[in-house]
Amino acid sequence: MSNALNQNAENGPVMAADGTPLKRSLARALRRQKGRALLLIAPLLIFVLVTFIIPIGSMLFRSVENDIVANTLPDTVQRLASWDATSGELPAEGVYEAMYYDLFVANEAKRHTRLGSRLNYEESGISSLFRQSGRKIDDLAKDATKALESAVPAFKDGETWYALMNAGNDEANAGLLSAMRGRVGRLNDSGASGDMEFAPSALMADILPLTTRSYTEWAVYEATQEERDPATRDPWELVPLALLQELKTADLSGLSGTRAELLTQAQAVSFDIPPYSEVLADIDPEWGTILPWETIQTHSSKYTAGYFLNAVDAQKTPEGYAWQPEDKQILLKLFGRTLIMSMIITCSCILLGYPVAWLLANLPASKANLLMILVLLPFWTSLLVRTSAWKVMLQQQGVINDVLVWLGLVDDANRLIMINNQFGTIVAMTHILLPFMILPMYSVMQTVPPSYLRAAKSLGATNWTAFWRVYFPQSIPGIGAGSILVFILSIGYYITPEIVGGTKGVFISNRIAYHISSSLNWGLAAALGSILLAVVLLLYWCYDRIVGIDNVKLG
Amino acid sequence: MGLPPYATTPQRIWYYSFRVICALIFIFLITPIIVVMPLSFNAENFFTFTPEMLRLDPDGYSLKHYQDFFTNNEWQRSLKNSLIIAPFATLISVSLGTLAAIGLSQSHVPFKGTIMAILISPMIVPLIISATGMFFFYSTLGNWLETTLGLDKNFVGYVKVILAHAVLGIPFVIITVTATLVGFDRSLTRAAANMGANPVTTFFRVQMPLILPGVISGGLFAFITSFDEVVVVLFVGSAGQKTLPWQMFTGLREQISPTILAVATLLVGISIILLTVVELLRRRSERLRGIVES
Repeated sequence: MSNALNQNAENGPVMAADGTPLKRSLARALRRQKGRALLLIAPLLIFVLVTFIIPIGSMLFRSVENDIVANTLPDTVQRLASWDATSGELPAEGVYEAMYYDLFVANEAKRHTRLGSRLNYEESGISSLFRQSGRKIDDLAKDATKALESAVPAFKDGETWYALMNAGNDEANAGLLSAMRGRVGRLNDSGASGDMEFAPSALMADILPLTTRSYTEWAVYEATQEERDPATRDPWELVPLALLQELKTADLSGLSGTRAELLTQAQAVSFDIPPYSEVLADIDPEWGTILPWETIQTHSSKYTAGYFLNAVDAQKTPEGYAWQPEDKQILLKLFGRTLIMSMIITCSCILLGYPVAWLLANLPASKANLLMILVLLPFWTSLLVRTSAWKVMLQQQGVINDVLVWLGLVDDANRLIMINNQFGTIVAMTHILLPFMILPMYSVMQTVPPSYLRAAKSLGATNWTAFWRVYFPQSIPGIGAGSILVFILSIGYYITPEIVGGTKGVFISNRIAYHISSSLNWGLAAALGSILLAVVLLLYWCYDRIVGIDNVKLG
Repeated sequence: MGLPPYATTPQRIWYYSFRVICALIFIFLITPIIVVMPLSFNAENFFTFTPEMLRLDPDGYSLKHYQDFFTNNEWQRSLKNSLIIAPFATLISVSLGTLAAIGLSQSHVPFKGTIMAILISPMIVPLIISATGMFFFYSTLGNWLETTLGLDKNFVGYVKVILAHAVLGIPFVIITVTATLVGFDRSLTRAAANMGANPVTTFFRVQMPLILPGVISGGLFAFITSFDEVVVVLFVGSAGQKTLPWQMFTGLREQISPTILAVATLLVGISIILLTVVELLRRRSERLRGIVES
């Protein structure tokens, strides 16, 4: 046999039945097998990736995402970049002008309040500044429009504006149009790529850049967000304001026809535009202080660590990183409480679970199976059922208090308060998670041969020594597995603390839910979630090292 | 385990006190579930035992909370929603999960560890994080389905919740089915192929009957996961998809009526049935795979 093989090897490679070399034929079979396996896994893998992994990833991404400032106030942020907040001087006039124009557009799109609440996370009070400014921002523009329209009535008509600004047969400024599409799209968190007829005239963009830009922005907004035709509608009051402002210095010599006629008439309109710094300070005196500008500048970058800092009770200030004011420092405490309470729950599960697991592992099978039902029944019972049961038990008018009063241990007037505090959460969660401790312990203890204990005792050990030196060390893997499992589960619990925890017994999960559904501070919720997830994954990695994923057993 | 006749008094005391401790722990485990049952027959709208109940006076007991559950529109709608959502979610997770488990149990799967970790992840990631992630994803998906495809809002709502629950059930299916496949004898499929059966026939006639107990118990886990789930549905669903646990959750927060206890009692009954089924399946599976009960 070996001779034949040797001979074959000398003569050339071993052949499969169909004449191909055996090695290649094997490799092909292996490849096909791999392909088939992957094909079977693929549908589920894609499903889980698309509907679970990617959503969680993008949710976590929200914790660093911060483009709302730059998207809502694009020009302001750009111009503010060169301003030195520590100089003690207010930003230049150009910044105020950019702010006026940005804020006007944001107000039209109803996005300024969102920016206000975003910045309010960093500097409380700033949201009312934005709300207030939004209400009064169009006063000046309205005056400008009135002045222009009473002097040149043709401007009352939307079609006049359209004819003035539209390129028509002239050269169009495509760059400006696409830039405005991008701006409007980013401002409204949606695409602004819908069809539109309008294209800004390149000539007008040269002579009256600000006006053309404002009109184009309005036209894009009108066509893509409101889905109305800009050709027949009046533009924002911002456009006449821009026009009057620019006509003061514009050179109209390059124009001819109706355009020249209209604009020359408009140039004659006398309308005083005060410096924008005064305009804004009139709207709200706070614009005349350093604080709002400083806040905007500090938080204008596209990505921010701000939410993570907030999640650990710190914040980014113009001077660097600092702790939140004392009264706002609650999250670190909450993280600490979550960890400590999870540890208490884990410890009480060990204390209660160990004797039961020991009893189950050492009783004869028939009795053990019967008692096992008492462990499995709570395990299989709906979580809501167990939580409601604990609510019934722990209330002041609940079963435990009734029994204690009946026994005379507690006075009827001073019933114990066991719910809506940490005690309630700990008791209810220990009960809910106890089966997760008992089952892994039991499966480990089953593998410890009872003869070891007997051997230890026959060698002269007392009961305690035999247990502590021989049995206990062998049951530690079970304790480890159960503890990590219980800890992982309890650290992310939401339902039970929400119902029996009141205000003192809630976990970090409840805070995440609060920020998602009530305060709408999604960035902070995402940052808290990321930290929680990191802790859980770390623990899970430990679990995998100790027990292995494949050993996860159910029921 | 029994107490030897020569045991000393301290040993006897320890032996019996240990038993008492264990009995107390068992009482701790089971009492909350037991207490709910008699309270659900309370004639009053209280969450506690009335003096009449303690005297075992028949007047203290009534079925009115059960009646309320079966006649109240809110509860009936939520029950119906749960019974729509859970089976569909189970169907998706079982069918995709079983296929993937079979794929995973082949001998040469590249990146097996990573794939396994991804598929198990819905079980590990805390529910609140899954729920927030899905909240953003499914609101975008829902908008897209409604506006672009013009689907009915209510229908889209169900689709969202069903898909979300299906993902949560997948790890359980994967774990139970791969566990069953560990003891599966590969020569059986080879024998079937040898006799001319194509892969599909082999799967349904040879492999499936043998792994069926694992598939069913995985399905039961997936079903109970969906049927018992409240965090994700709270974030992903809208009022039209209010499920039974959701209804219970709001009831518990606002403490409206002891109907919750009647529902709880019914659910305990269901879980007893499920527990029995899973145990029977486990035994059958072990018998089929030739593992003798020790």
